[in-house]
Formats: sequence, C-alpha cells, structure tokens
Amino acid sequence: MSAALALGDDALVLSHRLGEWAGHAPVLEEEVALANIALDLLGQARVLLSLVGDEDELAYLREERAFRNLQLVEQPNGDFAHTIARQLYFSVYQHLLYERLAAGDGEFTGLAAKAVKEVAYHRDHAEQWVLRLGDGTEESRGRMRSGLDALWRFTGEMFQPVEGLDSPESGVDWAALRSSWLVAVTDVVERAGLTLPAGPQSGGWAAGAGRQGLHTEPFGRMIAEMQHLHRSHPGASW
Amino acid sequence: MAAVTADQTTQKTLGTEDAVDADRVAAFDAAVAADERIEPRDWMPDAYRATLVRQMAQHAHSEIIGMQPEANWITRAPSLRRKAILMAKVQDEAGHGLYLYSAAETLGTSREELLDKLHAGRQRYSSIFNYPTLTWADVGAIGWLVDGAAITNQVPLCRCSYGPYARAMVRICKEESFHQRQGYELLLALSRGTEAQHAMAQDAVNRWWWPSLMMFGPPDDASSHSEQSMAWKIKRHSNDELRRRFVDICVPQAEALGLELPDPDIRWNEELGRHDFGAIDWAEFQAVLKGNGPCNEQRITQRRTAHEEGAWVRDAAAAYAAKHAPAQSSTQAPAPNSAPAHHVEETA
Repeated sequence: MSAALALGDDALVLSHRLGEWAGHAPVLEEEVALANIALDLLGQARVLLSLVGDEDELAYLREERAFRNLQLVEQPNGDFAHTIARQLYFSVYQHLLYERLAAGDGEFTGLAAKAVKEVAYHRDHAEQWVLRLGDGTEESRGRMRSGLDALWRFTGEMFQPVEGLDSPESGVDWAALRSSWLVAVTDVVERAGLTLPAGPQSGGWAAGAGRQGLHTEPFGRMIAEMQHLHRSHPGASW
Repeated sequence: MAAVTADQTTQKTLGTEDAVDADRVAAFDAAVAADERIEPRDWMPDAYRATLVRQMAQHAHSEIIGMQPEANWITRAPSLRRKAILMAKVQDEAGHGLYLYSAAETLGTSREELLDKLHAGRQRYSSIFNYPTLTWADVGAIGWLVDGAAITNQVPLCRCSYGPYARAMVRICKEESFHQRQGYELLLALSRGTEAQHAMAQDAVNRWWWPSLMMFGPPDDASSHSEQSMAWKIKRHSNDELRRRFVDICVPQAEALGLELPDPDIRWNEELGRHDFGAIDWAEFQAVLKGNGPCNEQRITQRRTAHEEGAWVRDAAAAYAAKHAPAQSSTQAPAPNSAPAHHVEETA
C-alpha cells in the first residue's frame, strides 16, 4: 500500500503543478500537451490512490507530512525550461520504473502496462524540448541549463527503493534503474549540446526525504490551495 | 448580397475583367443560394472573406481567452473527478482555438497575425469572459449557461457556407455539448448538496444569467453585421431568435436544477408559444464591450504576458528547426521571415 501511495502522490502532485500552466503556456500546442500530460498523471493518481483508500480523502484531507511524493515533483514550475527539466528527470524515471513494473507480476502490473504508454509520450515530449531549448538560441540554452542545474539535487531521491517495491519479486532493481536513468538522461542532455550538472544528486537532508513525508516549503502552499475548497465544506459531495 | 446585374457590367466600356468578376460573383452567389460549401480555393468576395476572418478570429480568441476563467479553478477543484473534467475541458478549449486558427489560415491569414491583433486590442473575443469566476459554482454556471448559449449560437454554424469553418464547428459543437452537460451536472450536485452549496449555485446563476443572454449580441434592430451575414449564409438565425430559443431551453432546465433564473418577468406566452423575459441591460453590454467589464484588463494582460514570456520558447523552437531542417535545394525560395514558429512546434 505504501508503494501505491508513493507512486500515486508523485502523479497527483506533478499533475497539479502542470495544471498550473493552463492559460500561461508559451504556445497553444503546449497548452494542449501540458494539459494532456497532467490528465494522464491525474488518471494514474486516481487509480493508485484508490488502491489505498478513498481518493478524495487521501488527496484533500491529508496533512503535508503524510504525502509520500518525491520532492522533485512538488517543485514550482519556474519558467518553461525549468518545467521541462522537471519533466525530463521525472518522466525518464517513471518510464523506466513502469516498464519494469509492467514486466513483473506484482500488484501494479496491469496499471503500469497501461501507464507506460502514456509515460512514453511524456518522456518523448520532454526529450524533444530539451533538444530544442538546448540547441535553440543562446537564451534558451542558458535557461535549459539553469533548469537542469536547479533540479539536479532532487534527483537522487528517486532511486531510494520504494517501500513495497524493494524485494526481488517486485521486478525493480533500484541500482540498475539508477544507471539506466543516468545513461538515458546523459544521452539527451549531451545531444542537446549541454552537460549534466556536476553537483550532488541530493543535498543534505532537504532532498531525499519526500518519501518519508518531509517536503519543501512551496509544497505546503500548493496543497493549501488544492485542499481549501474541499476542506471548507466538510462532508459535502461534489 | 445584390448580385452584379447584366446592366451594370455592360455599362463598363473595358469590360473583360469586370465580366470575369461578374461571372465569379454569379457563381459564388449561386453556390451560396444552392447551399453549397465555399472552399478555400474558390473565388469569394473580399467582404465575405473579411467577415469570415473577423468572425473566426473572434471565435478562436474567445476559446483561448475563455480558458482563463475556468483555469482559475483547476488548482482548487474540490474532487479529483471534477479536477479531471475541468482540466479536460480547458484542454478542449485550447484544441478548439487550434482548429479555428487553422480554419482561419485557409483564408490567407496566419495565427501569429491574428494573435497580434488580439493582443493589440484590434480584434475582439466574447465579452462573457470579462466576468470573473468567483466561486466553484461559476465553473458549473459557465458550462450550463455560457456553453449552452455558445451551442445555441454555434449549431447553425455547422451549416455555414464556408466549408472549413462549418467542418470545424461540427467537432467543436460535439465537445461543447458535452461541456454543457457537465456544467449542468456540476450545478445539480451543488443544488442538491448542502445549504451552502445550493446558495453557491444560485449565486452563480444569478451572476451569469444576464451576461449569457448578452452573448447573442445586440437586438436585431441594432446589429450591424447581421443582415449581410444572413445573406451569405454565414449566419442562419437572428440574434433575437437565438436568444429566445436559449431562454426556452433554459427555463425547464432551471426548474429541474431547483434553481431560479434571476428574472421576475420570465413567463410562458401561450399566444406566441414561447417565454417572455425581462429587458436586458444593454448599457452594461456596451460598457463591457468597450473594455470596462470586471476583467477586460486582467484577461488581455494575462494573454499578452503568456505570449511575451513564451517568445523565447517559440524563438528557440524556430532556431532549432532551422538548424535541423533538411538542406533546401537552390531553386526553392527561402522561407519567409514571417513563418510562425508554431508550425515547427506542431510536432511537439
């Protein structure tokens, strides 16, 4: 159950962040694309959270410390390059992880088999944009580099084995996942004419604790906005 | 339109070109009269083209500006099911904007050009989006009333004389009708919910009802574009006729919702077989149209800001595409500078 919560919260929170782009995207095609990705993730979140309990109780009535998502996905959108950097890091991870889950025969096999097709598109979308921005103009290159740098320290946490997916039967070898991720991300970043950030993949206590319910300051504000209407009408149906 | 008569053409002394024009006008008029579709390569009068560009641009702009009041509630949607519905709806609106800008491009204008005119205040979008979404119930009221009014206006456009517009409208109307049902269902849940939810729904209907009636445009005797558009079969019914049709649809739906329409003068007129309703405050309509609605400034500023802040992204995509384009043969003309970056990004 804790694995469903971790993966469900990742999808829920990233979907919310992407939803914040609606009406603000740089071009109409991206209004459609970002909303599409947000919807896929929200669909995944609803299935995963429903394995644990009532999806709305879980989304709207938990306190900040009870969320189990990665700190990476809760990071504010920043500019478009920042959002794309977050998409690259997360969607490559999610794609590789779901491929493994889909190939296994655990409780997530069916769900992962469906989601992996969606996530393949999210990954492609992110990779294509990293290439365009990295190899576009001087300005886009600088912004892409800043986005990749700023979020790098949140990537280490992704490879901490998720509780419930840490046995050999789960089909996930976390060390192998990490190296596959590094190879894939390095490839895209280098094709974009950029280099992978040099710093540590997790910084002190701050990055690496989302799975234990320790989040970053912007997350509290995010869920305050997300939960306020639901919490203002206790017991109401919508 | 008044067809060019034989008399008029023969009056001209050097009449060859005019005669050709007269033939074209006659062919165009005949096609419209026979309810045939005018297609992009067909000859059409300049004024017909200009009318369509104006109307399709305004429609496309309304879709993308219309994303704002609803997107305002995406991050606060009170259940995950409602959040998914709302996100999908706002995404559909972006999609409608895409079809409509593409349809307008068949008339020889570019999306870039139309967006520039929107941002410069030279083209309009529907005034309804200059009202704010103050509560969650407004999302339902927009679906039920605003999308409902839009459908009433737009269903006849599926038979519009211009082919690309008519075809885009077929798809758009299907999705709009889905949105309208979702809005209705959202309000029904609120109306049957707690006292506070019911009050929220009633308040939203109170605020959205009159602006929705204004969506059909000025009364027939004050509508500057109507007559010509009817003759060209761009428009099929008068503003007042569509407005009455909408009221007749809404009255029983409001009863089913358990909500009141904020007009004490609504009553069934047995003799005319339709509802009478109260007088519309056209001064408010004109004020909002002139830029003095509650959100005119906010909506256009957000639109401009998104566009300006996205310029570096579009520039990057264009630069990347130029670097990676297959080498052009020497006989081909270089791509015009005005080629919009959007074409590049359509592969995203």
